[in-house]
Amino acid sequence: MTQWLRELLFLPERASTFADRVDALHYQVFLTTMGVWAVITLVMGYFFVRFRRKRVEQSTEPFHPPLSMEVFFVAVPLVVFLGWFTIGFRDFTWYRNPPPDAIDVYATGKKWMWKFTYPEGPNAIDTLHVPVGRPVRVLITSRDVIHSFFVPAFRVKQDAIPGRYTETWFIATRTGVFDVFCAEYCGLSHSRMLGKVVVMPVEEFEDWRAAEREQSFAARLDADPTRDEARATLVTQGERLALEKGCGRCHTVDGTPHLGPTWRGLYRSMQTLTTGENVVADEAYLTRSMMNPGAQKVAGYFTDMPSYFGLLTNAEAAALVEYIKSLKGEEPAPGAMR
Amino acid sequence: MSPAESAHFPRWHFFNQTTGVMSWLTTLDHKRIALMYFGAVVSALILGGLLALGIRLELFNPEPSLVDAQTYNRLFTLHGMVMVFLFMVPAIPAVFGNFFLPMMLGAKDVAFPRLNLASFYIYVTGALFTLWAIVHGGVDTGWTFYVPYSTTSVVAVAPVMLGIFIVGLSSILTGLNFIVTTHTLRAPGLNWGRLPLFVWNLYGTSIISVLATPVIGIVALLVAAEIIFGFGLFDPARGGDPVLFQHLFWFYSHPVVYVMVLPAMGVVSEVFATFCRRQIFGYKMLAVATLGIALVGFFVWGHHLFVAGQSTFDAGIFGVLSMLVGVFTAIKVFNWVMTLYKGAVDFTVPFALACFFLYFLIFGGMTGIALAVISLDVHWHDTYYVVAHFHFVMVGSVMMAFLAAVHYWFPKMFGRMYSERVALSAVAFIFIGFNLTFVPQFLLGNMGMPRRYHQYLPMFQSLNVASTMGAFILGLGMFLSLFALLWALKWGAVAGDNPFHSRGYEWNTASPPVQHNFHTPQVIVDGPHNYEGPPAAQPTAKVAHGVE
Ligand code: HEC
Ligand SMILES: [Cu+2]
Ligand SMILES: [Cu+2]
Repeated sequence: MTQWLRELLFLPERASTFADRVDALHYQVFLTTMGVWAVITLVMGYFFVRFRRKRVEQSTEPFHPPLSMEVFFVAVPLVVFLGWFTIGFRDFTWYRNPPPDAIDVYATGKKWMWKFTYPEGPNAIDTLHVPVGRPVRVLITSRDVIHSFFVPAFRVKQDAIPGRYTETWFIATRTGVFDVFCAEYCGLSHSRMLGKVVVMPVEEFEDWRAAEREQSFAARLDADPTRDEARATLVTQGERLALEKGCGRCHTVDGTPHLGPTWRGLYRSMQTLTTGENVVADEAYLTRSMMNPGAQKVAGYFTDMPSYFGLLTNAEAAALVEYIKSLKGEEPAPGAMR
Repeated sequence: MSPAESAHFPRWHFFNQTTGVMSWLTTLDHKRIALMYFGAVVSALILGGLLALGIRLELFNPEPSLVDAQTYNRLFTLHGMVMVFLFMVPAIPAVFGNFFLPMMLGAKDVAFPRLNLASFYIYVTGALFTLWAIVHGGVDTGWTFYVPYSTTSVVAVAPVMLGIFIVGLSSILTGLNFIVTTHTLRAPGLNWGRLPLFVWNLYGTSIISVLATPVIGIVALLVAAEIIFGFGLFDPARGGDPVLFQHLFWFYSHPVVYVMVLPAMGVVSEVFATFCRRQIFGYKMLAVATLGIALVGFFVWGHHLFVAGQSTFDAGIFGVLSMLVGVFTAIKVFNWVMTLYKGAVDFTVPFALACFFLYFLIFGGMTGIALAVISLDVHWHDTYYVVAHFHFVMVGSVMMAFLAAVHYWFPKMFGRMYSERVALSAVAFIFIGFNLTFVPQFLLGNMGMPRRYHQYLPMFQSLNVASTMGAFILGLGMFLSLFALLWALKWGAVAGDNPFHSRGYEWNTASPPVQHNFHTPQVIVDGPHNYEGPPAAQPTAKVAHGVE
């Protein structure tokens, strides 16, 4: 039945756990819609035949609907629609909360391509490799205008907004190659901003990633053997940047607060803001703290965090975020690498 | 219902009481202003329709064929702007609202006839200015102007927004005029409980226009300020927030959907009442639902931002409120259906169109509800599913209602009758063509084809071909319909004052009416569309009225 419905509705094959949820609700909505239409058509058809006009100036009696009928007319759509809303909202909440053990990938939209970056390499243009059966979180931003990362087979979509990070995630349920589209109109070649997601078995994915990393190290070393940071991962890049940009004047990495809060154990911790609000220090929050620190200030600090907007590129911000994320737990860092 | 053979055409009516081009251009008669609007919006419709056919032709092939990407992007921008701002928004209120609001109130004219004429000229100025700005500036942003695309690419977006605001100003003025007219010019005995539903819907529409339109003006000013003075309002490169723009834009543009839909609902209420010979079932519920839509419609704009990075909580709020709008609409659908019950149903062209309206509203509305179910929207957002949904609502139901209004009031406005058979076949073409155009687009959306695509993957082709064929059938139907009406204007049979035997207040006078609408002052003793017992003596004087 569901297979048949999927084909009838031209839905792409389902390749993520979220897709199963979406389609289940979609079928319910679709069947109800058709049912409603059929009932209304039948009732109208019956009335049409039964109450055809017989005389030109035929007179009719007014009919005042009883209260029960009015209540019925309000209650039925209300209950049905709120029911759908509840299921949809439940699924959406689930979708908006990626599990903590998800693999992270950065996706950057740019006219007119997607760049995918793993925190510790490699990079790829337009093709995203992911393991099957593992949660993968995609942290999305854009370097120019708004784009939207859309994988129909996973039923996921998220706008890529310049100057901030948004996220989506999925667990791919089958291996294969799936289309990536840009769903937000972004100009001339919007319709050619195409990508692919390659879903691989886990071991194959690990092998692929290791091989790619080796290869890109080699390639970069070849290009410039003197540059030590050619080996740099996002984390070590971030560490270097923190030095260069002088974040250390106010932040520590050993767990003690200085002019600003420490970065150790900051990621995913709960921060109390000057407004009294509590927020989780996720990627979006960390990025905002650098780009627009005035928006959400941590309570208890007298110095103002300077804005690094325009001073840090998106890639640098991502590297800093990765570095902060790598500073877990209480004890001093044995090494910056995860 | 065929017009009586012996029907007479009144000697004097608003067409011949004064003559000459200047008597039209400087007229203060709401009926003439309405007809001038009629000419203007139909021109916009033809322009927008031809653009749509161009777009569909390009999409016949997956590869670029007729036009390059840039031209294509400009085409769909122009199509969207013309259809939304120059046709849909003014279509029913400015044409049929202007013509029939005073007549339904038993009044001689609207409250501010001069302002009414000014609205028309403001509309024409704004329309021409907008068209010039789009073509001259080569605007290719789509009708939604999302920043930073619209502010960073070298196109002149601010003048376009100014143009839209000018057009909007005209609907603000029309709206104010309608509100004041409804409050002050009701004939003796016409209390709020007796207002025709068309008037209720115009009233709701006017409130929305007056409250929402200023926002687009503000947005235009902000965009202009950003471009000219370099303020960082929306452009992230200057510290602005692009999503703020989307909020402001939809705060205006979502309610505007109801500016288009509410008058359509009003028309259909009149048509069902007349051809079922019943006041609409649940009149009060319908009036309340109308105001409910007008009110709640202001608080659902966030359903356009479910995947734009809005918080989960916000999404939930906007999701629930969107469901409420759906409930109000569903109530209306039930009430229209129940109007047939124990009525005396007459099958005519306007009645068929009203049924088609219902059909499109059911599917357009239910797919809208589906889109507002947040988890489903994640897949459908910005795909052809959305395109198909809003075309079902706007082109499907609103266009059907517009055509229903044309066919229902044609004899009232012009005193002549079109050929039912030709009109019906045109309508059949329109209905079939419409379905063939947009049902495949729902399926394309399911497949995941994003909107605003100049070229597409080969797997999308068969459905696109079907859609293009449908568009041409639809276009054929529209032109057939246009010719049938133009023909009837000159050679149609004389209709008589009330060929449909309607008991709506606007039929209490000759067709076409005289300059001041009624020969005798109106006193309302009964609700509209009361078909109990024999018709009340209609105060239609057979004596011709001279020029006043
Ligand atoms: C002049 C001192 C100063 C410098 C230099 C500085 N910061 Fe800060 N930073 C602060 C203060 C004070 C706060 C806490 C108040 C607030 O949230 O604005 C803060 C907060 C933060 C936070 C949020 C921490 C939390 O607990 O929520 C992050 C992330 C951050 N800074 C990153 C950086 C980075 C990255 C740099 C270097 C590029 C940097 N900061 C440089 C003073 C500074
Ligand atoms: Cu795009
Ligand atoms: Cu909306």
